[in-house]
Amino acid sequence: MNKSIQFDAAGRLRHFLTIDGLNRGLLVRIMDVAESFSSVTEQQVKKVPLLRGKTIVNLFFENSTRTRNTFELAAKRLSADVLNVNIATSATSKGESLLDTIRNIEAMHVDMFVVRHEASGAAHFIARHVAPHISVVNAGDGSHSHPTQAMLDMFTIRQCKGDFSKLKVAIVGDILHSRVARSEILALNTLGTAEVRVVAPRTLLPADAAGLGVKVFHDLDQGLSGVDVIIMLRLQKERMSGAFLPSEHEYFTYFGLTGERLAKANPNAIVMHPGPINRGVEIDSRVADGPQSVILQQVGNGIAVRMAVMSMVLGGYGMANVGVAS
Amino acid sequence: MSGEKIIIRGGRVIDPVNGVDAFVSVSVDDGKIVAVGNVPNGFAAHQEIDAHDQIVCPGFVDLCVRLREPGQEHKATIASETAAAAAAGVTTLCCPPDTRRVIDTPALVNLLRERADGAGKARVIPIGALTRGLLGKELCSMMALKGAGCLAVSNAYAPMENLLVLRRALEYTTNCGLLVIVRPEEPALRNRGCAHDGAVSSRLGLPVIPYSAETVAVAQTLVLAEQTQARVHFGQLSCARAVAMIAEAQSRGVKVSADVAIHQLHLTEDAVDGFDANAHVSPPFRALADRDALREGLAAGILQAICSDHQPHDPNAKLDAFPATEPGISSLETLLPLALQLVESGVLDLFSAIARLAHGPATIMGLDAGTLSVGAKADICLFDPSLEWTASGTDWLSRGVNSPFYGSAFKGRVTKTLLGGRVVHSL
Repeated sequence: MNKSIQFDAAGRLRHFLTIDGLNRGLLVRIMDVAESFSSVTEQQVKKVPLLRGKTIVNLFFENSTRTRNTFELAAKRLSADVLNVNIATSATSKGESLLDTIRNIEAMHVDMFVVRHEASGAAHFIARHVAPHISVVNAGDGSHSHPTQAMLDMFTIRQCKGDFSKLKVAIVGDILHSRVARSEILALNTLGTAEVRVVAPRTLLPADAAGLGVKVFHDLDQGLSGVDVIIMLRLQKERMSGAFLPSEHEYFTYFGLTGERLAKANPNAIVMHPGPINRGVEIDSRVADGPQSVILQQVGNGIAVRMAVMSMVLGGYGMANVGVAS
Repeated sequence: MSGEKIIIRGGRVIDPVNGVDAFVSVSVDDGKIVAVGNVPNGFAAHQEIDAHDQIVCPGFVDLCVRLREPGQEHKATIASETAAAAAAGVTTLCCPPDTRRVIDTPALVNLLRERADGAGKARVIPIGALTRGLLGKELCSMMALKGAGCLAVSNAYAPMENLLVLRRALEYTTNCGLLVIVRPEEPALRNRGCAHDGAVSSRLGLPVIPYSAETVAVAQTLVLAEQTQARVHFGQLSCARAVAMIAEAQSRGVKVSADVAIHQLHLTEDAVDGFDANAHVSPPFRALADRDALREGLAAGILQAICSDHQPHDPNAKLDAFPATEPGISSLETLLPLALQLVESGVLDLFSAIARLAHGPATIMGLDAGTLSVGAKADICLFDPSLEWTASGTDWLSRGVNSPFYGSAFKGRVTKTLLGGRVVHSL
């Protein structure tokens, strides 16, 4: 039911809220389109006119620097007009409801909302209530979904490794609270990844982690053994006060990615992290800055992938001949 | 009340307490049932009600209905919700004390009863607060609440400050003869959760309320109930383990009873997939095994009552991201049809379904209601078991517009409700 909300009556991608319900063909197409935009971002004049005359609103109810910046750059490189609305300092703090905020910005005749919100389901809620001509792109809702991050990570993995069907991928850290992990697991499985693992202490896993379609490990050495891709997740400081973990030190000792631990993985394994990094908490600086790290490549890919998603959703770009609904 | 003589003819009369299931007449005089079966000699009815193709049964007794008045009239009022109750065949309803102005004084109890009497659609039994302001710290004047007509006290969703206050409160109720209704939930384990700790919340990344939030509270309360000999009723259970714990206590003779909300007998955690805020309830919908255990517990009589757990909301309460919406369903008007679905699917026989809606809850509260015994108040529900309809919400009498059952097709609907021999609802 919820999955069909992403498509219009003609079966075209109208919103981009979650990887759930998207098929392999569409995910591959997003990466192909991103590939074609990669060259744009390396040119002297970094603009294409695909979304000229369109207005995109970055609606961030939760602070973010990297994601908002890359969305803004992506929109500008597609020649769209961009409005940044930082709600943390705006109307909802004066008691305006989420829906009223949406209605007000909608009245300014905009074409797309890029939404980040601290509550799971916020992007779905907004998508369900916006005017028919407006598209919603989820830039992260609670612990639920962060589909553009997942796609830029898939794009990065494809660049480095090619075929997903031969890969073992380990996602390490706070799976429970991670929208990135949930979206990555969906994307990896949809793309036919040979094995998806999660590695975390029991307190940082959801009740039915295996039900997400992963192998669950509680020991980092075992979890990393023989993997081709390691995705480290950020550990929020508040997990200590919430009694999820005893200390940063203990976490780093048992779940932090060090050079020694990295050696358990395949020799040519890549190390990824959605950022921002907590050096010395989930990852050793030498690994984060080391030869196997592709963390900065991920950031660069963020722009191309977000250009792809926005142009496909808003302009139908690259959508011909793609059987989208699964 | 009215002094009117009424005969209800031609219907299938079902009265579980008296073992009646027969096509007979029901005669009503002066608000009371005077005969089930042969009409008394010389009984000259002022009104005859044709009940052909209808089932005639006792008016339902609902242990948990939020009326929202006083204090939240933007959601609903006593007048609107008692009218909805009448349309649901509910003739007696208990309202929890967690109105915006907490029902913790006799004055509030009287106010509610007066307004309900004025509306005249259903009998309203206010449940008094267990602690002052529901703050969980100081006991309410329970003797005075009882004097004003309270039969039970409860702290509703509000937590007790500690177990000592709960122990003292339970002890104190034993010398007032008051029932204590407990909605079992350990607040620290509830945390800020809004969904069952299972497959769906794992996928959707929703904050969880584990079933242990319920079982821990049930365990604590059972231990204290056993020690204090207080009469405890658990409201709106949600999980299999709690049913088993209560069954075990009952088997040892502990005086505990329990009910379940009608929607918990139907929906599971799957209902929140897609972030449907109308399926946001507290306690949350749990796993299929939990739902089935609740059904079995109900059939076995471990749970003696089905309640609506009616919670009408204004539209805004549900217009937000799922975790930020207010929990609860406007559930009165689907109570009977959902109960009939349980009969249809073989969970309960019709006798038991009516017993769990009428005499079961009446017995828990110590009310003389839920029967068609001669001499009883003529609180009667007539329903057409084969009437097909679709819940649209637009023709509902409840002001609450929040239901996950909108659009559902139902079979069976209340056609007439009598309260003290007076027709208070007619389809």
